[in-house]
Amino acid sequence: MSLSRRSILKGAAATAALTTAPMIMGASHGKPKVVVVGGGAGGATVARYLAKDSKGALDVTLIEPTRTYFSCFFSNLYLGGFRSLESLGHTYGTLASEYGINVVHDWAVGVDRDKKTVSLAGGAALPYDRLVLSPGIDFVDGSVPGWDVTKQNHMPHAYKAGSQTELLKAQVEAMRPGGVFAMVAPPNPYRCPPGPYERVSMVAHMLKEKNPKAKILIFDPKKKFSKQGLFQAGWENSYPGMVDWLDAEFTGALEEVRPESMELVVGGEVTKADVVNVIPAMKAGRIAEQAAITNDKGWAPVVPATLQSREDENIHVLGDSAHQGDMPKSGFSANSQAKVAANAIRGALTGSKVFPAKFSNTCWSLIGTNNGVKVGAAYEATAEKIAKTSGFISQNGEDAALRKQTYEESIGWYAGISKDMFG
Amino acid sequence: MSVWTARIVKAVSLAMVLAVSPASGPVGASEIGDAKTGARLFQVCKACHRVGKDARNSVGPHLNGVFGRVAGSVEAFRYSEGLIRAGADGLIWTADSLDAYLENPKSLVSRTRMNFIGMPSAEDRSHVIAYLRAFSDKPSDIPEAEPTSTATDHAVDPAILAIVGDPDYGEYLSGECLTCHQKSGSDSGIPAITGWPREDFVVAMHAYKTEIRPHPVMRMIAGRLSDEEIAGLAAYFESLE
Repeated sequence: MSLSRRSILKGAAATAALTTAPMIMGASHGKPKVVVVGGGAGGATVARYLAKDSKGALDVTLIEPTRTYFSCFFSNLYLGGFRSLESLGHTYGTLASEYGINVVHDWAVGVDRDKKTVSLAGGAALPYDRLVLSPGIDFVDGSVPGWDVTKQNHMPHAYKAGSQTELLKAQVEAMRPGGVFAMVAPPNPYRCPPGPYERVSMVAHMLKEKNPKAKILIFDPKKKFSKQGLFQAGWENSYPGMVDWLDAEFTGALEEVRPESMELVVGGEVTKADVVNVIPAMKAGRIAEQAAITNDKGWAPVVPATLQSREDENIHVLGDSAHQGDMPKSGFSANSQAKVAANAIRGALTGSKVFPAKFSNTCWSLIGTNNGVKVGAAYEATAEKIAKTSGFISQNGEDAALRKQTYEESIGWYAGISKDMFG
Repeated sequence: MSVWTARIVKAVSLAMVLAVSPASGPVGASEIGDAKTGARLFQVCKACHRVGKDARNSVGPHLNGVFGRVAGSVEAFRYSEGLIRAGADGLIWTADSLDAYLENPKSLVSRTRMNFIGMPSAEDRSHVIAYLRAFSDKPSDIPEAEPTSTATDHAVDPAILAIVGDPDYGEYLSGECLTCHQKSGSDSGIPAITGWPREDFVVAMHAYKTEIRPHPVMRMIAGRLSDEEIAGLAAYFESLE
């Protein structure tokens, strides 16, 4: 049931009637205020569930700088030519008009935890009773020597979807015949564990059609990676001889990249490439750091059952930024955590019943045409962390019908989670 | 199929099963079913299915060589989306899966077009399965130890079916479902789960929970839901148009 305008007004009236009685919870005047920073899989979902389930009893504000959100999930499929970029774009109109969420297109630049306010680049300071931070990731400065944000036009990261993804696609399309695509893969933990390797699959798919003699090199600081067996078998079958995965133990460490000359220095050797996709080390989105709730690794530790910051019970952290335990940093995880957090926040601010936390995740990846694979798990909240309870993974040797179905299922999931986030 | 047509089909099929039930004595759980008795019981199935020499597809697919066949794979037969999905997920017709399907088709395959209430007697099912086994190419490949004959009870405990779910709790829990399944009832890529009769929902979830159904994500999700939680979800999703 979508929240109608009438029920919002009704909710508002009910809350108004209550204001003569002392507020049970929530320090501020009027309705308890929840401010959500970040309009992705965590933030959009938590805002929508808070507004929907509280039926107007909460004042929900969503701060998101972009007017059109391009999902990072499925952006590799755009690289491979399986999706248009437009099909990955989502706007916030329904959250405002159907759910009564105050959508503010601005950057959150500071959090005053004592005054309980969030300051915006535009100058406003928004008071909150509960703050939800779901800002995604930022890159660790200096993690790839020679690379910084000023070089991202030469060597795109394409790890926040949109113009960077378009740029990377254009560069791959313009590669000289028989050219080299090099990827600098990130160290753990990072957003979307299978993402770099799905990207390699999609680039290979495009090159196989347009530039079949081209090569793909992956320079990886890790000794193993997500769905490794599935990807490597898939590359061997679909793109034989095209992809080389080179771990640092074999090559020696990546010493630097040289964006001006399109070179990488690895284990003392210089490699020249035509396209270099640099995916640096990651940390929580900057606003989490500014709120001073991150640890020495740059992530924000949270209480598993509620996603509350370990540093501040009035702040919840969702998705990629959270240091929570066993869940991968994925859109699916952020969406799952958002529902648990929404339930906890609503319980704390309106006294509604709090149900036990349940978490799950599934990551689909596309290796080639109609060749989808998946990995997933269920999780529970223990005192110490979000702990994996059971899981599954696609197997090598599955028949074509199952792989096709898995791909179709991923398209269905994309449609489902988009609705769940944006209404 | 609407709820009321389902009930009519249910009543009619039950009557048919009762009419042809043999008066034979009980069969031990580990004994092979009796193909001859199975042939008589198969009369019910014959309304839609052919088996034997020159058998062709009818309302339902022909059943020659059904053992070891991937569900939904008889050429030129137009299957339900649900059966095709089940086949792609890895459902193969074995004595065990046939037993579960004959007991209650919907517990194994949601929205199957097989409008059959199911055969409640495990004994009867073992006879029918023994009969069908004779029409498979290589019955010798089917080990005797395989439960061709065993009277496995897949039925969901009536006490579980009787649980009255709390739709509010179901609505909360539904958040997990709605990451993939759409509230609008879209059936593209991911099956629709809205507007199902409660009982269908409950038996389907228990079939994942007991791993009769193959889909790994659903096994995981259902595996950790309690009976009350499944009942709550069933109540909630039934209420959605």
